[in-house]
Amino acid sequence: MSEFEPRIVAFLCHWCTYTGADLAGTTRQQYPPNIRIIHLMCSGAVDTIYVLKALIDGADGVLIGGCHPGDCHYQTGNYKARRRVAILKNILSQLGYDPERIWLRWISASEGKLFADTVTQMVEELKQKGPNPIKKMWAL
Amino acid sequence: MKAAILSVENGDPLAALRGFLRRLLETRMVGMILVPKALPSGAGFVQTLIRDPAMLDDVHPVAPTMPVQSARILSGLTVGDPGERIGAVLKPCELRAAVELTKFLQVKLDHLVTIGVDCPGTYEVEDYARVAGEKGAGDSLWEGMVRGVKTGRLDGQEEEGIALRLACRICENPVPVNADITFGFFGHDPSREIEVIVGERVVGEFEERGIIGLSSEESSERGQVISQLKEERIRKRDEVFGRFRQQTTDLQALMSTFSTCVRCHNCMVACPICYCKECVFRTPTFEHQSNQFVRWADRKGGIQMPTDTLIFHLTRLAHMATSCIGCGLCDSACPSGLPVMTLFRTVAQGVQSLFDYLPGRDPEETPPVATFREDELQVETGAKD
Repeated sequence: MSEFEPRIVAFLCHWCTYTGADLAGTTRQQYPPNIRIIHLMCSGAVDTIYVLKALIDGADGVLIGGCHPGDCHYQTGNYKARRRVAILKNILSQLGYDPERIWLRWISASEGKLFADTVTQMVEELKQKGPNPIKKMWAL
Repeated sequence: MKAAILSVENGDPLAALRGFLRRLLETRMVGMILVPKALPSGAGFVQTLIRDPAMLDDVHPVAPTMPVQSARILSGLTVGDPGERIGAVLKPCELRAAVELTKFLQVKLDHLVTIGVDCPGTYEVEDYARVAGEKGAGDSLWEGMVRGVKTGRLDGQEEEGIALRLACRICENPVPVNADITFGFFGHDPSREIEVIVGERVVGEFEERGIIGLSSEESSERGQVISQLKEERIRKRDEVFGRFRQQTTDLQALMSTFSTCVRCHNCMVACPICYCKECVFRTPTFEHQSNQFVRWADRKGGIQMPTDTLIFHLTRLAHMATSCIGCGLCDSACPSGLPVMTLFRTVAQGVQSLFDYLPGRDPEETPPVATFREDELQVETGAKD
């Protein structure tokens, strides 16, 4: 049986992390192809329902990428995303679900290498964790 | 804040309370009063908006049922200008829900005089209707409550074949917080007297209109009974939370507990905090292509249909656990008898403590989802080294 390859759904903000991912490509940074990117205007636009939907439908991890504190194009979207993610992770860990399948990271438009490194590291850690246990559940 | 003692004649606290409410109408302190009133059938009570003092005859400010959360009613009543100041008689959880809704611009306190009541607890609507059908049994429940508030022993009525709702039995907030007017029963013998506490916002007007002579300090006995009752309730609450946490070890266990959910969404409809006019679960957001279901079934060998139990409850938790005030109407609304309130209150305790937030405590506080601090939650930021 081939090695488990985690699938990551990534919500990336237009102004920083998405552009950072673009830079990773144009500067030929290598990173594993396990990530499916959803392009949003701001990390503050990520309602927790979409993170849950990705995990319940079988993603092994969710990456949310936003601008560094103070750099949000909309002033405070990333701070609000940070609270929402903290609330979601708190709820999931109380209910016995590993919150470390959800990563919130600040990656700027100039940090192509950081983007590639983050994805590489996330894939590594998800491989250690194994497949998302929700995938085995048929009654949801 | 000032207090007064309302004396009760003929051992009938309801007559005294009705008289007091009548005075609020007659002195034009308020133009209308929202208060529970006995149903013509005698099977229960319903919040009623009253202009005519004659209609106060059979109101019950401490009604032992809560068919709907008054915060929901206040949303409709105050979000525009009602043109009258409304006195709203509210249980502590209704007041806290109303305060929480002001933060989401769904209720405006400007149009209200909030009248909070010390709450002995409530019965399920259908339980009360059943017992009230037996002659005079509704009155004996009320008399039991009147006796109970003196000492704070309120929960010993299970032997009469009817128990307070679980949400009430574990409610550690049986006293209104920051109400304009509070009817205080705890520590008093309501067949003789009721304490009336008047808050800063209306105390001047109260004295001007001469509604009641305000002088005395708040009674210390009430404070003692309240702290004993809270202690007892917190102990029961923690038992319930502890059992739930023990049995909910992972999402599979949660789904086992919630396996009989029929996805009626009644918990959401009854919840005073779920105020969105267009809920995501009532939109086509997650309508899937027909072949999507087939692909899922193909991948897993089969899937439960419909597919949205887990995402529904988890999303509702994520959206409103920070503001859950624990009224437990979700429990009352559930046709499958699922422990919705227990799930929400247990999880909400963890989430609210993240931000040291108590919903409904203070209208000036901002709900955690609507604000942030720059220097918080550092563990969440940046890439790992």
